[in-house]
Amino acid sequence: MVEVFGISSQILFSQLMLGLINGAFYATMSLGLALIFGVLNIINFTHGAQYMMGGFIAWMLLHYLGIGYWPALILSPAIVGASGFVIERLLLRHLYRLDHLYGLLLTFALSLVIEGVFRDRYGVSGQPYEIPELLQGGFNLGFMFLPKYRAWVLAASVGMCLLTWWGIERTRLGSRLRAATENPMLVRAFGIRVPRMITMTYVGGVMLAAFAGVLAAPIYQVSSIMGVNIIPVVFAVVVIGGLGSIFGAVITGFAVGLLEGATKLIYPQAANTAVFFIMIIILIIRPQGLFGKRNY
Amino acid sequence: MTNSKCYMGCAVLLATMFLNCTAVAAQEGVKIGVMNDQSSIYADLSGLGGVEAARMAIEDFGGKVLGQPIQFISADHQNKPDVAANLANRWYDAENVDVIVDVPNSAAVLAVQEIARQKKKLVLVSTGGTSEFTGAKCSPYGAQWTYDTYALAAGTARALVQDKGLNWYFITADYAFGQALQRDTTKFVTEAGGKVVGFSTHPFPNQDFSSYLLSAAGSKADIVALANAGGDTINAIKQAREFNLFKQGGQRLAALLMFISDVNSLGLNTAQGIVLTTGFYWDLNDETRAWSKRFFERRKVMPTMTHAGVYSSVMHYLKAVQAAGTKDPLTVMQKMRDTPINDMFAKNGHLRVDGRMVHDMYLVQVKTPAESKYPWDYYKVLRTIPGDQAFRPLKEGGCPLVAN
Repeated sequence: MVEVFGISSQILFSQLMLGLINGAFYATMSLGLALIFGVLNIINFTHGAQYMMGGFIAWMLLHYLGIGYWPALILSPAIVGASGFVIERLLLRHLYRLDHLYGLLLTFALSLVIEGVFRDRYGVSGQPYEIPELLQGGFNLGFMFLPKYRAWVLAASVGMCLLTWWGIERTRLGSRLRAATENPMLVRAFGIRVPRMITMTYVGGVMLAAFAGVLAAPIYQVSSIMGVNIIPVVFAVVVIGGLGSIFGAVITGFAVGLLEGATKLIYPQAANTAVFFIMIIILIIRPQGLFGKRNY
Repeated sequence: MTNSKCYMGCAVLLATMFLNCTAVAAQEGVKIGVMNDQSSIYADLSGLGGVEAARMAIEDFGGKVLGQPIQFISADHQNKPDVAANLANRWYDAENVDVIVDVPNSAAVLAVQEIARQKKKLVLVSTGGTSEFTGAKCSPYGAQWTYDTYALAAGTARALVQDKGLNWYFITADYAFGQALQRDTTKFVTEAGGKVVGFSTHPFPNQDFSSYLLSAAGSKADIVALANAGGDTINAIKQAREFNLFKQGGQRLAALLMFISDVNSLGLNTAQGIVLTTGFYWDLNDETRAWSKRFFERRKVMPTMTHAGVYSSVMHYLKAVQAAGTKDPLTVMQKMRDTPINDMFAKNGHLRVDGRMVHDMYLVQVKTPAESKYPWDYYKVLRTIPGDQAFRPLKEGGCPLVAN
């Protein structure tokens, strides 16, 4: 067995693999967050609650209606997206011209309310959600046992990130969206309905969170507090990547996952703080974030 | 205009807060405060269930002691030791709380123990598990009712080492409770002829356990022991199944602290076969069943051992106040030590000078789905561990109150 810095390559590879899988969650989550911030100028603190709702609705579909994992992967984000539509139309759109703080306060309050309702109804221990039959078992990679489901999580997240990137960078709708972000007045003058695009962006971002929630359901217990644990890291990822930078959010998401994996090898106690340490350093030497533009 | 409205609102709010405070201070009866985690990972095993159990005890006692109505408050310490300390200071000083009950999270428990000592008021712990509480940090004002890390270690470690579980690997929550549990368990494992081959510490709370589980699998240990609790234990067990820890390496999982709420959350399919030590099980006898069914009607879940412990401790406290004819803390505590505890929770239990309530513990195994015949039929009792074997002998804890 080859040793690197006194750590066997077997352990090194397996920890990095796990880090990459955790990074997949961070990337999907922070992608939605960055998208919303870039277009709406809103720091969506409800993101963790919407991730939780994604997992919970998947569980509810199974528990009450007998609808399994695969349909839930589409249905659950659609339902959470619909709730996002209501939030944007009813509440958020009044805040675009105000300071960031108002959006932050509103979304933070919303997340407390949503999580409180679920906690009151379902407690905190969580509901069991089985791994779908197709993805049970795992592969022996030689250096580790990789559950099939985790491999699927990685593939699905990368796929979703690529799809979103393609939608924004390579389609007509995406180019209008980017234009509207730069100069909404001008784009409106061309007869493009900017408010509708903004609503759809929020719905899209929220759906990404819910999608990550469904992916997480079979790994973690589906519980009212599952979003609370992930949201600080996701915010740190967005800050490191550069607020509003979609590409930055994805790359940083995976990088932070890897970094956590490596930290667990060297000094496990610091695994949860390493990302914030990096965030502080980035804020000092490059306040706009690794991939951010200076005017943010 | 908006500003003045806001000021008005704030003023009204403040005024009502003061009104509440004065209303409370005017009365002089016994005041019981349940402090626990009502919003974070221990909210199901303690939380509002603990609040309800204390309420049941007060109701069953008749609602009055020393001719005065029993007052009751509760609060969420959010699993944060600093919040717990602030609450304890305020309750003892400003709100005239006589006794703080339940208190999960060992770090919070040790903080409240010190404050109770300074303020000369009582604390009756049910959920907090560190054995330090009755060891070096013991106090004449503190009692620990339901279990401690020593009892968990003694019950589970002895049984598993005897059953060919010689090599142990720990996955430990990185705070007072996890450390105490690992230390106490290590002692029993080595004494029984086993050895500890490694450990990982994880931040508290934590969600992803995959990397710790992989290290555990790589260690080739016979037993992978979880020195954590609540949501952490649940996620670790669930992911251990996912990573095939048991089939691949032939390893066995020991959840050193597991509550019936955790088993209920995981489902028997995932939790089956796990051996654990508990201070109470709802389905032990007619008395436990009768009480637990009353609890169930109120909370729609069966009680955990710490819920039952809260009830027992509050009941015993109220009886002692009544018998002593005073609420003076040291007099009441002496009365509590002098009187044996006989209720649905404990038979011939007794409270020691170091604050340890000694009672029988139970070594149980989680049933398979096929063995479970009715809702919440989760455990089969393997063995009753008599109190004097379950808990640390009085002289070994290093409590300064114990005369040599």
